[in-house]
Amino acid sequence: MTTTDVRPQVHADKSDGPLKRRPEVSGREKLLRYVLLLFVLVITVGPFLWQLSTSLKGAGEDIYTATPSFIPKQPTLDNYAKVAEAIPVWRYIGNSLLVAALTVGGNILFATAAGYAIARLRFRGRRVVLGLFLGTLVLPGEVTIIAQYVTVRSFGLADTLAGVALPGMVAALNVLLMYNAFRALPQEVDEAAIVDGATVPQRLWRVSLPAVRGTLAVVAIFAFIQAWDDFLWPLIVLTSPEKLTLTVGLQYLSGTFTQDQRLIAAGTMIAFIPIAILFSALQRYFFKGVEEGGVKG
Amino acid sequence: MKTHRWFTPWILTIPALAWLLVFSVWPSINTLRLSFTDAKPLGGTADFVGVRNYSDMLHDPQVWTALLNSAVYMAVCLPLLTILPLLIAVLVEKKLPFIAFFRTAFYVPVIASAVVVGLMWTWLLDDRGLINNLVRWLHVVQEPVPFLTDRWLVLISAISLTVWKGLGYYMIVYLAALGNVRKDLHEAAAIDGAGPVRRFLTVTVPGVRGTMFLVAVLVSVSALRVFSELFILTGGKGGPGGKDQSLVMLIQQYAGGFYGDLGYASSLSVLLFVVTLIPMIVLARLNNRAEK
Repeated sequence: MTTTDVRPQVHADKSDGPLKRRPEVSGREKLLRYVLLLFVLVITVGPFLWQLSTSLKGAGEDIYTATPSFIPKQPTLDNYAKVAEAIPVWRYIGNSLLVAALTVGGNILFATAAGYAIARLRFRGRRVVLGLFLGTLVLPGEVTIIAQYVTVRSFGLADTLAGVALPGMVAALNVLLMYNAFRALPQEVDEAAIVDGATVPQRLWRVSLPAVRGTLAVVAIFAFIQAWDDFLWPLIVLTSPEKLTLTVGLQYLSGTFTQDQRLIAAGTMIAFIPIAILFSALQRYFFKGVEEGGVKG
Repeated sequence: MKTHRWFTPWILTIPALAWLLVFSVWPSINTLRLSFTDAKPLGGTADFVGVRNYSDMLHDPQVWTALLNSAVYMAVCLPLLTILPLLIAVLVEKKLPFIAFFRTAFYVPVIASAVVVGLMWTWLLDDRGLINNLVRWLHVVQEPVPFLTDRWLVLISAISLTVWKGLGYYMIVYLAALGNVRKDLHEAAAIDGAGPVRRFLTVTVPGVRGTMFLVAVLVSVSALRVFSELFILTGGKGGPGGKDQSLVMLIQQYAGGFYGDLGYASSLSVLLFVVTLIPMIVLARLNNRAEK
């Protein structure tokens, strides 16, 4: 009920309206806008840069001084190497990647299939199915997390990575996003394909899927980010130290024997940089997908 | 015309449907059932205990503290995250050079893990961290501000973190809605001599009112669900004397280990659900009234 109604048109046609185009932004307004933009930029991105800077500072540089410098005096990657000595970081990255891959694969496959069927095929019970998917959106995930753990445990999957990945492999929201995207396609393309004798898989694969690539990208990006960033669920499911995902494992950098902020900073950068690269590489698709038909996060 | 066989839609739908039933519908029912038992994390039989978990909950001071924290959390987040992202969206709406860069950059805190930003802010708010350095340099205070060790300051720090992380997300929601605000109204108002502030209040705000209510609902519900921010900023301890816990932190605490209690955790989950319904119902009513 809360999430489906966001149907954006970020770049709506500017030429509508009977009046002439608005005058160009004046020089003073432009300057003011850039000043404000830079101010917000410092607030949103500044902390990340500060963390990056801390992670590159060597043991010889005092990071606790009252006048710390933003640029590391002798930049070094030592702290990154030390992270691997303090926690099995490579194993944690592998664990996180496995969970993320399962989550992305499951959502792409099953949300596409279900979204397509509900949007483009008529069948008895279609409305009930759609209603079920919509209904679960009102329920915050944290409410059912205990019962979900009981279910996963009864499958014998407590303290396994499969148990971490399984519940997230199909998200109702993704089914609805794909449903929205498929529903927006004109009916005629299907009809033409039906006349040509195309079967359902052919119509889905050749006709509809290429038209919803943007939404598919949004589903994939967010399934990955969600799985990679998740904390509470793996924290509940996993207990063995060697099975932890990266977010849960990172805590051990700050918790136990060390309290070296350089080390913690390096650890957080290891968890953050892959996501940042992925997002900046795919942000074009993301903003396009947002226009195509839905916002989620 | 026959377009497909009767079972084709079901083959396509059944995996997703099965997931929904096993991992959403059944857990919802099971949460309610478990809340009347003494189920334990390590397995074994769960016995029916009637309403004992609920009566325990009413007498549990930690629950009341968590509810108070949630109320404060929501009360501060709601206005800030309903208004600030709208202002930022207006700022990035106009197509200036590099605007795509700014939009993407403002979104970065959203994609980072709560653990990552939590650890980042732990360092920023440290007694010897950047923010305390800044505060001392400005000669506001002599002693470091105990952002991470004072009962109320911890809560305020976590709220700031939530607001900071949410700005980009709601900015995108507003950006989508701003595209639908009629441009000619803006122009007409400008011709009538209305300044930017006036135009924002008389054209933009009414144009995105529905979205503002949607954002308000999303913000309140996620404020009530807060977990990672408080958990990380307090190193999992919930602040001095465990006073900075949220309902979800309590749920997590009872979820595992030898002393865990899944029955009690489930009754807390039911309480969480009921609490999240309150802002939804109140805001839906306000929205209806505003539309009349």
